[in-house]
Amino acid sequence: MDAIVVEGLYKHYGEVEALKGVSFAVHPGEVFGLLGPNGAGKSTTVRILATLTMPGGGRAEVAGWDVVREPDRVRRSIGYVPQASGVDREATARENLTLQGRVQGMRGSGLRARVADLLDIFGLSDAADRTVRGYSGGMKRRLDVALGLVHRPSVLFLDEPTTGLDPEARAAMWEELERLAGQEQLTILLTTHYLEEADRLADRLAIVSHGVVVVQGAPERLKRDLRGEAITLELQDGHGNVAAATLGELEGVHEAALDGRLLRARVENGARAIPGIISALEARRIPVASVTTARPSLDDVYLHFTGRDFRSEDEAGREEERPR
Amino acid sequence: MSEALAHSLFMVGRQTRNLFREPIWIVMMLVQPMFWLLLYSQLFRRVVELPGFETDSYIDFLAPAVVVMTAFFQGTWSGMGMITDLDRGVIERFLATPARRSSLVFSQVLRSGITSVIQGVIILLVALPLGAGNGGPLGWLVILVAGGLISACFAGVSQAVALLTRREATMIAVANFIGLPLMFFSAMLIDFDLIPRWMQWAARFNPVQWAVDAAREPVLASPNWGLVGLSLGLLVAVTAATSAFATWTFRVYQRTL
Repeated sequence: MDAIVVEGLYKHYGEVEALKGVSFAVHPGEVFGLLGPNGAGKSTTVRILATLTMPGGGRAEVAGWDVVREPDRVRRSIGYVPQASGVDREATARENLTLQGRVQGMRGSGLRARVADLLDIFGLSDAADRTVRGYSGGMKRRLDVALGLVHRPSVLFLDEPTTGLDPEARAAMWEELERLAGQEQLTILLTTHYLEEADRLADRLAIVSHGVVVVQGAPERLKRDLRGEAITLELQDGHGNVAAATLGELEGVHEAALDGRLLRARVENGARAIPGIISALEARRIPVASVTTARPSLDDVYLHFTGRDFRSEDEAGREEERPR
Repeated sequence: MSEALAHSLFMVGRQTRNLFREPIWIVMMLVQPMFWLLLYSQLFRRVVELPGFETDSYIDFLAPAVVVMTAFFQGTWSGMGMITDLDRGVIERFLATPARRSSLVFSQVLRSGITSVIQGVIILLVALPLGAGNGGPLGWLVILVAGGLISACFAGVSQAVALLTRREATMIAVANFIGLPLMFFSAMLIDFDLIPRWMQWAARFNPVQWAVDAAREPVLASPNWGLVGLSLGLLVAVTAATSAFATWTFRVYQRTL
């Protein structure tokens, strides 16, 4: 039986359709990534699965329980780490964890031992009895994750676990999450708008864009299914649009897209395509500073399935995000 | 039910612990009542000489009212705590757990009542050496119960405002809007028989007046215990109603998520 089943999930806020029929399934013990730009509907999906938000239509089951009909059963089975930290800043880490355990029905020495274990695992033992107000961003985020794990849930939701962390704290969090993922009984649903995060942590992922799942599968398979290679040309100056149009006319060159001075495209075989590309550009007097080829990345997968560049869409999504 | 109560106590424990971690707030919240108790009582010391006053000690007359006033304001402002928790995502974190929904609201009401009882004890301790006997232990008990109830009663209203608006600015406006009028439409500072008839009429429907009635009666020469009982009964009923209303607004809030 799947740990999470989502079928045709629909949700609208006023006029805005946040979800337009999202479907996916997560197997027990795997790390599943929901990848997409800001405003794509990832958080709304997780909030429905965590019983915070009622779906407008469709069906969702977590750990075998329907999120609408059996919300309390779901709540006992899940840990939810929200996008914005929900810790009580005036309390200590130990107090936060203890209260979280109590409302999950834990008590006594069992709870005390579990709290001490989690403080240890997440490197918070030394700061355990200081109020969270003084914690660094990374410490606070680790406490958020620990809060979701107190009652040993079978499913953990991580909504943008590393957004807002500095690179060092992000790398530390990734190591932490990889260790968690190694525990067989824990299923993790992770949302992220970092391609590299999904690539590194997720066993399988679904790319979400404008409220629908556009493609899903293992990152490796998605990349392999994009035949050919990604090619990146660095232009010396200007003429980007002309260059992109020129590439678009060439046979065997797909999905030419401009990103500042960088021109990206996909080709069947880099070594064979490059001479033709260079000469076509030179014929139009567009000098090329450098050319690189690479195996397709998730970025290319994203571009292929949505027809849009990930980074620019992420920026656009940030503008549209619903005010909280 | 027992689980709801247990969860409420966990939440109250969290809030009081946070409060005692910054004890300066307890002192700050007592600055105003001290002005009333120490300065206002001296300024209007001779007001009891007016015919119609049922006591000859103004501090004795005023101290229960200061407890009620402090408790009333404590209640009207208690929604600020809810707004902070909403803003910081604390409420949402608990919503994804089996925490009883009612406990998230009711704990705030309970916390307000408990805070007011503690403040009431401090106010009475200060008033005692100033000459306020306040009807002995039974009188003190009635004063503290009245204070706790009026605080909880308006905490319900305040939580509802917090949950419906979720904005500090609106919260401040509403607290100011209901605070002073309800205080002046009561016999808090002067004997009930001495206030104008139309204000008396309005005061009879004012829960603040009920709390004043209950808290002050034991101090007077011939206490009317029937009035004390009736007033406390009315306060319990209204507190139950405002708490229920606040719990309902919590469901409204949840539907907006």
